[in-house]
Amino acid sequence: MTGLRYVYAVCRPFRSALQTQLKGVAGEPPKQLTHHGLVAVLSTVPERDFAEEPLRAHLEDLDWLTETARAHQSVIDALTVVTTPLPLRLATVFRDDSGVRIMMEAREAEFRRTLDRLEGRVEWGVKVYAEAEPAENGPPAGTPTSGRDYLRQRRSRARAHDDMWQHAETFASRLHATLSERAEDSRLHAPQNASLSGASGRNVLNAAYLVPRADSESFVELVDRTKDEEAGIRVELTGPWAAYSFVGEEGA
Amino acid sequence: MTTPSRLPEPYSSNGSANLADILERVLDKGVVIAGDIRINLLDIELLTVKLRLIVASVDKAREMGIDWWEDDPSLSSRARRDELARENAELRERLAALEPGRGQEEIP
Repeated sequence: MTGLRYVYAVCRPFRSALQTQLKGVAGEPPKQLTHHGLVAVLSTVPERDFAEEPLRAHLEDLDWLTETARAHQSVIDALTVVTTPLPLRLATVFRDDSGVRIMMEAREAEFRRTLDRLEGRVEWGVKVYAEAEPAENGPPAGTPTSGRDYLRQRRSRARAHDDMWQHAETFASRLHATLSERAEDSRLHAPQNASLSGASGRNVLNAAYLVPRADSESFVELVDRTKDEEAGIRVELTGPWAAYSFVGEEGA
Repeated sequence: MTTPSRLPEPYSSNGSANLADILERVLDKGVVIAGDIRINLLDIELLTVKLRLIVASVDKAREMGIDWWEDDPSLSSRARRDELARENAELRERLAALEPGRGQEEIP
């Protein structure tokens, strides 16, 4: 007995085994609970960490949250290699197996619809950064010789700055249009703040694309080709992710 | 039964994903289900608000890279600080407004 059930994902039965050393949150290996032809992937977690009160407290602890998010994601990643999982949001916890079964019955029709829609698809993340401040890039400003000269230099720097954003945004929307054509679906996420992420440059595009596995290689090549296209613009690709951004039933 | 083909090897590890990439997915996307342990939507909303407060105030922020909630248009660090201070005040108000709401919900 004892212990709560932390559910990572729901998927169809799959044949391949998960990596043997795979550990979920709280260090327990994930198990499968099959019910009505669907599989919940879960692991046992201790009450002292995952009951309501301790969980709430933990969620505000960034170190705990980081560790748990990574463990959650590593299980989802492992599943993505062998099947098409529907990833559940972090910290979906039940008392026992029967609680999980009740949930699966209640959501069965929806799970099946979504699994049908996402079967064989993965999510790719693409971020575009405008790399450099033009002030650092442009010709050296030189020492202004007068107030008027100083203002002129300032204006021209500001103009170069605007041009760069304009340029980066044009590039990003063109790239998004191209990638959207090659993907079955896409989502635009809020850009990540460069000052906080530590990534250099400013994030001007943060998008997710739903792509069939079979087309993933060419999608990745397409993104790779854009990487050196423009000076001052950096393109980052992440994935394949489980289709996190596309599990909602209605669009956008 | 699913028998997916393996993905191109160099891309199967998600190596370039940063923590912000992971958090924006596991916290903000994915299927939302009310478990027996009730971290309901409101709690997640609270969590998001609280995280943002924490992130705005500690050095950890840089490393974490959490801020999928917004696009900060300001380019000067001064403006950013002011913006954060203003936002913190706003978020605290919102938090205060949410907390009693949650209390009510729990009382049948």
